[in-house]
Amino acid sequence: MTLSSTARRTLAVLTAAVLVLIYLPLLVVVLNSVNPNQSMTWPIEGVTFEWWRRAADSAGVREALATSLQVAAIATGIALVLGTLLALALQRYSFFGKHSVNLLVILPIALPGVVTGIALNNGFRGILGIDLSLWTIVIAHATFCIVTVFNNVQARLRRMGTSLEEASADLGAGVFTTFRLVTLPQLRSALLAGGMLAFALSFDEIIVTTFTAGGGANTLPIWILNNMFRPNQAPVVNVVAVVLILFSIVPVWLAQRLSSDVEAAR
Amino acid sequence: MHSEMHPEMRPDGSDAAGSTGSGKPAIRLRGLVKHFGDVAAVDGVDLDIADGEFFSMLGPSGSGKTTVLRLIAGFESATAGTVELGGLDVTKAAPFERDVHTVFQDYALFPHMSVLDNVAYGLRVRGVGKKQRRERARRALDTVQLGHLGSRRPTQLSGGQRQRVALARAIVLEPRVLLLDEPLGALDLKLREQMQVELKQLQRSLGITFVFVTHDQEEALTLSDRIAVFDAGRIQQLGSPREIYENPASAYVAGFVGTTNLFDADVSSRLLGVASEHAVRPERLRLSGAEDTEAARDGEIRLDAVVTETIYLGAGNRVHLRTDDGIELVALEQSTGTRHDADSAEHRGDHVTVRFSRADVVALA
Repeated sequence: MTLSSTARRTLAVLTAAVLVLIYLPLLVVVLNSVNPNQSMTWPIEGVTFEWWRRAADSAGVREALATSLQVAAIATGIALVLGTLLALALQRYSFFGKHSVNLLVILPIALPGVVTGIALNNGFRGILGIDLSLWTIVIAHATFCIVTVFNNVQARLRRMGTSLEEASADLGAGVFTTFRLVTLPQLRSALLAGGMLAFALSFDEIIVTTFTAGGGANTLPIWILNNMFRPNQAPVVNVVAVVLILFSIVPVWLAQRLSSDVEAAR
Repeated sequence: MHSEMHPEMRPDGSDAAGSTGSGKPAIRLRGLVKHFGDVAAVDGVDLDIADGEFFSMLGPSGSGKTTVLRLIAGFESATAGTVELGGLDVTKAAPFERDVHTVFQDYALFPHMSVLDNVAYGLRVRGVGKKQRRERARRALDTVQLGHLGSRRPTQLSGGQRQRVALARAIVLEPRVLLLDEPLGALDLKLREQMQVELKQLQRSLGITFVFVTHDQEEALTLSDRIAVFDAGRIQQLGSPREIYENPASAYVAGFVGTTNLFDADVSSRLLGVASEHAVRPERLRLSGAEDTEAARDGEIRLDAVVTETIYLGAGNRVHLRTDDGIELVALEQSTGTRHDADSAEHRGDHVTVRFSRADVVALA
């Protein structure tokens, strides 16, 4: 499709404006994390790693980081196992209620976090009588992490077709051998992409976490929320925000590269 | 051509029905039915395929031939009826429990494994040791002349090479029955003809049963000991290539296998004095010039016609004709004589005499 040069220029300017609007504030956060002036005056008057050192020394930050990593890793693990099994069931078998299950699995990513959070909070404490802890966060995060794994694996299975699995069965391999030797290797990059997206989703999640965190378990975003309005913590908040950005962007970037590599190889 | 393919010339001397007398047939299907929703893809198939037979299932797409193959392999479960392999009822058995192997239309080679590992796969899942399975896989690759490509990935091979890897992967397991689902469909013509010869030779040297699904009637005629012609989920005719070609049981078979001149009841009663469907093959018609005024001999039918089209086929001409009383005919003329009298062919508008023997006219059911 060819556009007139005026249209092209207008679109270019618009695109640039939107990108600046999105990424300039992020850049400011990154710069402020090395801004020597505690009240974050602009322009910055030098580069200091004092705030990074303080953040590293802060027990609260370290604990929150550890919690976030733990939650994201476990939730991703659960999502990988359950998401893959779900995708296999829905793509390779037919059973009663298949389409409802499909919808119910995808729903958590569309539901407002507040609703999921309140519902899970009530469910855990009111119905099941469980105290909130790190594990309740893990379960809450797994509900939406499953979706990214499920979507990636399902798309791959659909494109793969059934003939490789049929060939494997034809050559004498049972269901589990076929999964281990044929299906799983074909899913590897889809699992990696889905897993990294799930990790990133969990790592920066705050709404659902607020309702399901307990027992002194704080994730990094919750720590930021709690410390944002304390003036002497402000520079450290910037550092934590940068860490959060890195842990969220890098997996998404890798996941995207991975999927495009696979596309290109086909 | 390919006269050696006719069943009476089979090396083991068995007859066209394929009953080698060795007891149980390799495959026995009884009352086989498969429904997909409301559609009956296979609608009552009874069939015995003998040990060591090259058996083709021929039909257009949607005729049920591939579904029958998938029922034999176990990829589909039968709605009704039974599948027996070597006398054993496997109707309910999973694919990996059946001693048949399939060569898929799209080859279905495992893209993440080398060619050698693809071929060794069946041995691997049977627990054969690494050294032994690689050795056997290499020998199977040698059988299909790909011994030197074992370390390649399937994506690095040409279509014909992938086809051979798929063959090697199946025969390394020494199955009694090999199922081939349009295995040559994706190859170009030259390669296909070459692979046809190789398949036939392979089947002879291994002495195993081949069940070959194809929509290509020429392929079925040249390769098979017996052919089942499928339509609408049923076998329309079962017989040797010669029987199928020379004695088609129905207008459908006559029309699907080769070209034919089909006479409906009305035309038949005018030409033959019998009011039922008949057919005669184009190559049975003899053409001579309009100056041929000799009357029809005994057992011969003689018609005056006008040439409506002549199509050059290389080895001969296909001549389309219309008789004086409006019957459309097709005749096949082989190029005979020398290269230089090629111009003796009939031209559009020429008046010709058509003769054919009543014995060459087949009554259809």
